[in-house]
Amino acid sequence: MNWTDLTEPYAFEFFRNGVYVATMAGALCGLVGCYVVLRNMSYIGHGLSHAIFGGYAVAALIGVNLFLGAGLWGVVTALTIGAIVRRRPIGSDAAIGLVTTASFALGIALVARYPSSGRNADALLFGNILGVKSSDVWIVGAVGVVAVAFILFAYRPLLFTTFDEEVAKATGVPTSLIDTLLMVILSATVLATMNVMGVTLIAATLVVPAVVARMLTDSFAKMLAIATVLGAVSGFVGMNLSYHHDLPSGSTIVLVGTAFFLVAFAAGGRLRRRAGTVAHAH
Amino acid sequence: MIDPTLRSDGVREPLIVADSVTVAYGTAAVITDVDLTIEVGDMIGIVGPSGSGKSTLLKALLGGIAPRTGTVSRRSGLTVGFVPQVEKIDWNFPVTVAECVGMARARGWRTPWISKSERAEITGVLERLGLHGLGSRHIRDLSGGQQQRVFLARALFTGAEVIFLDEPTSGLDVRTRHEVLHLLADLNREGVTIVLSTHDLNGIATHLPTIVCLNNRVIGAGAPEDVIVPEVLERTYGSPMQILEHGGMRVVVDGGPDSSVLPFRRAAGDGVGS
Repeated sequence: MNWTDLTEPYAFEFFRNGVYVATMAGALCGLVGCYVVLRNMSYIGHGLSHAIFGGYAVAALIGVNLFLGAGLWGVVTALTIGAIVRRRPIGSDAAIGLVTTASFALGIALVARYPSSGRNADALLFGNILGVKSSDVWIVGAVGVVAVAFILFAYRPLLFTTFDEEVAKATGVPTSLIDTLLMVILSATVLATMNVMGVTLIAATLVVPAVVARMLTDSFAKMLAIATVLGAVSGFVGMNLSYHHDLPSGSTIVLVGTAFFLVAFAAGGRLRRRAGTVAHAH
Repeated sequence: MIDPTLRSDGVREPLIVADSVTVAYGTAAVITDVDLTIEVGDMIGIVGPSGSGKSTLLKALLGGIAPRTGTVSRRSGLTVGFVPQVEKIDWNFPVTVAECVGMARARGWRTPWISKSERAEITGVLERLGLHGLGSRHIRDLSGGQQQRVFLARALFTGAEVIFLDEPTSGLDVRTRHEVLHLLADLNREGVTIVLSTHDLNGIATHLPTIVCLNNRVIGAGAPEDVIVPEVLERTYGSPMQILEHGGMRVVVDGGPDSSVLPFRRAAGDGVGS
């Protein structure tokens, strides 16, 4: 394969848009995913995307803007999960499972009962990179800018709340507000990237870069940076591989991220063994 | 320089006053009608059995839990720090010592990165607590005593006038426990007010100037010689205890003079294999 073959798909606008969105979405999910993973809420990306599918079906049925309707639905779902978790009658995994599967089930029921509400439902379930429009590029870009601004502005309270919520709250950090804003950002991230990744694969893009970054560093700041870069690289490489090997874009992006994980896992094992040997020698 | 604890009438204002505080989770009251005043320079140990409400009282004094009834008044502008139990810390969280200390300044607008002046402050706090050169280490890669001191450093970095510690010597060996206790005494001498919870009567509580015995309610409060007495301890722990004098220190021993609280203790005359 020569350079001309590699650059050939960039002649098509749909592919350029797809690469822009996949790269930005990967970076955005990598960044936001660090907070998701460190809060032991890895399942929430999976759950939220399913919940938003329910919101999409409801929005289509009642005739409101799909993006707005599904987005509001996602935010309400995320806040409901957060409220249930804070009251602690059940664990976060059970709260996410309960709320989001109920929403997904509602979406499926509505699509079955009122088929017109299910238009483009396949694209939402499995991702449709070919259908990415210029407006999608702007939406992902805008959500990315807002997410980065929020994380920079609230960096320390976010870190404190994520690491040690009880102490952060006790020493005056507005932890409920921080949690709520993070949930809003997470919902917007899932909604904005759903067109590319699809409901069924979005959790992986949130979790995999953050997990790999965690394996590579013990510093929080470095973890954020590494996860963002890994997410972007996975999106970019995955999109190009999907074109040249005629594979679905969403699954290819996830498989590239999984390859990073396997390399980090193998390297981590070797490093640990070497560190153990050195420590033993001393 | 104006002393913020002095009122206009010349009376020193307490830092925190708990007045008939009751805290409940659901319908069960964890602490009931607790009165407690924390003055500048106090070093107070809250002792009691598991489930007696020690941690809950700390959190209520700190402002992390709202009382069901009663009030907790804090002096205006009071800065507080909290050192959690080491068992409650996620040691796999990716955070270096410097990041852990730096996150404490989380109120108001702060740059995401630690500024040059803050870095110098953190270095100073770490040196003060004997953690010089460990800023870039992961918190898991420290000894038990160093880990405890990192969280003390975090509290000091906020400029805390009062530091609350929840079971600060839990899980530590005897030598490290002594180190932590001496460090707390040094901080107290430097003007930091210390309030800690502990279940360790002999290792910690009897060394403190003020003790509060808690078992849902305050059973006794005052100097060790007034509080570490059999009647108060029996009401606090629900079982008889003896007080022995050893080298000028009070030593608490389980069981009354005539009781046998250890069911596996051999009867007098029993020999191995007999």
